Amino acid sequence: MSSQVAAMPRKTRGPWAVAFAKLATDRAAMASLAVFLIIVLACFSAPLYAKWAGTDPFASTLDAVIQIDGADVPVMEQSTEGLGLGYTPIGPTWRLGNYFLGADSQGRDVMARLLYGGLNSLLIAGAATIFTLIFGTLAGLIAGYFGGITDTVLSRFLDVLWAFPIYLLAISLSIVTIAQGIAIGPIEIQSGSLWLPIIIIGIVYIPYVARPIRGQVLALRHSEFVLAAINLGVPGWRILWRDILPNITTTLIVFVPLMMALNMLTESALSFLSIGVQPPAASWGTIIQDGQALLYTRPLVALVPGLAIAVSVMALNVFGDGLRDALDPRSKVRLGRD
Amino acid sequence: MKKLLLAASVAALLAGSWLAPAQAEYLKEHRGGTIRLLARSAAGTLDPHINYTDQGWQMYQPIYDGLVTFRKAEGVDGFKVVADLAEALPTVSNDGKTFTFKLRKGIKFSNGQDLGVKDVVASFQRIFKISGPTSGTFYAGIVGADKCLADTKSCTLEGGVVADEAAGTITLNLTKPDAEILYKLALPHAVILPADTPAEDMGSKPIPSTGPYMISAFDPNKGMTVSRNPNFKQWSEEAQPDGYPDVVQYDFGLSEEAAVTAIQNGEADWMFDALPSDRLGELGSKSMDQLHISPLSAWWYAPLNTRMAPFDNEKARQAVAYAVDRNTLVKLFGGKVLASPVCQVLPPDFPGHEDYCPFTKNPGAKWSAPDVDKAKQLVEESGTKGQKVTIIVEDTAISRSIGVYLQSVLTNIGYVADVKPISSNLQFTYIQNTNNKVQMSVTQWYKDYPAASDFLNILFSCASYREGSDASINISGFCDKDIDAEMQKALDLGVTDQKAADKLWAAIDKQVTDKAPAVGLFTPKRLDFVSKRIGNFKFNPQFNWIVTQSWVQ
Repeated sequence: MSSQVAAMPRKTRGPWAVAFAKLATDRAAMASLAVFLIIVLACFSAPLYAKWAGTDPFASTLDAVIQIDGADVPVMEQSTEGLGLGYTPIGPTWRLGNYFLGADSQGRDVMARLLYGGLNSLLIAGAATIFTLIFGTLAGLIAGYFGGITDTVLSRFLDVLWAFPIYLLAISLSIVTIAQGIAIGPIEIQSGSLWLPIIIIGIVYIPYVARPIRGQVLALRHSEFVLAAINLGVPGWRILWRDILPNITTTLIVFVPLMMALNMLTESALSFLSIGVQPPAASWGTIIQDGQALLYTRPLVALVPGLAIAVSVMALNVFGDGLRDALDPRSKVRLGRD
Repeated sequence: MKKLLLAASVAALLAGSWLAPAQAEYLKEHRGGTIRLLARSAAGTLDPHINYTDQGWQMYQPIYDGLVTFRKAEGVDGFKVVADLAEALPTVSNDGKTFTFKLRKGIKFSNGQDLGVKDVVASFQRIFKISGPTSGTFYAGIVGADKCLADTKSCTLEGGVVADEAAGTITLNLTKPDAEILYKLALPHAVILPADTPAEDMGSKPIPSTGPYMISAFDPNKGMTVSRNPNFKQWSEEAQPDGYPDVVQYDFGLSEEAAVTAIQNGEADWMFDALPSDRLGELGSKSMDQLHISPLSAWWYAPLNTRMAPFDNEKARQAVAYAVDRNTLVKLFGGKVLASPVCQVLPPDFPGHEDYCPFTKNPGAKWSAPDVDKAKQLVEESGTKGQKVTIIVEDTAISRSIGVYLQSVLTNIGYVADVKPISSNLQFTYIQNTNNKVQMSVTQWYKDYPAASDFLNILFSCASYREGSDASINISGFCDKDIDAEMQKALDLGVTDQKAADKLWAAIDKQVTDKAPAVGLFTPKRLDFVSKRIGNFKFNPQFNWIVTQSWVQ
């Protein structure tokens, strides 16, 4: 009996299981993922935090007075020395729920805005990533598979898009749409909608996804199994869906964190320039912009969202690197031999 | 009586002879050195017939001259028009339609050319030939201006500006009396330039000047050097006094934060741009002696589009006026030292101003507190509750924060509001473009000259609204035929009785305020931060700090 069991072939793990096993051993990637998930959880708890703290992060509260150690403290402190010029927002109290990071120039709780801002930044970056991946993949698949005039037209179009500096293109599109919104036939997006930055960021990065996908599809198009399917009369859409798409999935997965990081940076830049998320809504970019006028007296207002962007982007990039290594076939071979 | 007159004359002579050496003494003691000014960017074209900015107008004062000018003095004296290139104020005839000036002799341009009556005629023609920004408004009343406006290139102003070479006189004929014509002639758009100045925007090329200084170098990306005009000899201390510094170096490109630090370190003497709000407290306590706070004839306001919902409803407009807490806005601007709450159009201490505030908790002369309940009630009555309002603001820290505050006010009284910050370079043009259908915006108006019409007639007359134009300065689109008729009456009355006209303007101010085509926010003050070495700081209410009347040594 025992010898029979020993003679049975060992059950091999599938490629996904191998990849996850490999990823799980990458401490840097897992730590980055943990950091990013904590940030995501914190940001998604923004409405709860604001409710618990009893603060409205979007309304001006210049006359608000808070209690610190039993004493009433105005949120905006007027200078009492000399000519008595200017008002300075309250600094960090380091008390959760009570202006933990202080106030901005409108007397709003920076901590609550930071969480709401992160929520918007993550939503925009995430949705823009999905937008880019869908349209980038579609363009890459069609161009690479059908070739000929379709490839030429699509590739030249992507080349034109690619030729523009990303930020210049994003800024131009934002300026054109920010005041009036977009109205194309039945599709109408109001100015101020988060869909505007999502679509703009999504569009400008399409070539970044489409070009490498097209390259991969071109190579797959001439592989034996695809040629065989074509010769057997399998429809093109089915070959794309069943044979080619599964073979580029790992590339798309690797793109997710990297594009997300890139999109977060772009969203912050656009919002910083007032052409992304519109006030009074917050994003990390708009909070940095608000904090710019307070750099001398309340530097944390600008520094903290800046730090949040840096940590999130770094975590996504490190995790993306780990994911790429894990999904790399050569790594799988090495793992298999171990 | 004769004795009394004689005594008075002697006293005046003595006073004059006592004062004159004092100024000469000061000049001897303090003349020389370089004043270094800073600004984030240049003020645009150097052409004084085109430039329409505070920054440009301030710098033209010691450089260019008109037939008349605003007196280079502090306080209300600075609003007084005095003879400049003309020997005296003009003689007025033909029922106030003809003004005759006699040109001073012996004045030269900085390039050595003599000033003559032909330069005056050519300068007036040039205002139209280059399609100057105020050619169709300030100077449209000159005889022949209509032809010049229709065909700029062949403008002659025939019969409008007539020179008599032999007598050295220039006669200005108007189509109808204009009580404000001297103010308009005292502005930089009417300065006298050499007759051979090309009839095109001179851009970065300096034009020869008659004042004590000339522009000797200019790079819009780096800076401007203003040095002494070697051909200048002082002809009138009140119109164009000689200056103290040898050179005024105006550098562009430093941020406001960096400019403050440069002035603190004594590396620069003054900055044009507003002080950064987060440095106010520090400067107000540690550098009090370097700060100068001066009143401005200006108005921060929020135009409400009277041709679009919801503000085509008077009650909806009044509701916003009731709900806005001016104290909060003053706070956002830096506090009570730097701004005062207002309800009405005309700024305090301005001709025609009489304190008036109907949109406050206790309506009367002054604003006291917002009346949010009344505002909510008016929104209900107007039937506009729940409508969407977009506020267009400049993308600057203060404008943005005012926009965000107004958004929360509108939300509180029942509207669905959002704010759009637009680049400062574009916002003013954007909100003036009627095609953009701006419902509400935040902007400012600074007087061109001290007359009530410069606020009321320009901002709220039917003629100032131009459908389809991108230069419709009546941003509210307000047009009330009765008020328009009253404004015309006040303009006509000003020709014969300015005091009575100002009374009428005060009544018009109240009527316009009641209709609430715009919400008055506050009156700002100018805060100048200068280096420790700057002496003799003088603030002119028309053109701000008189740069060359200060010394640095």
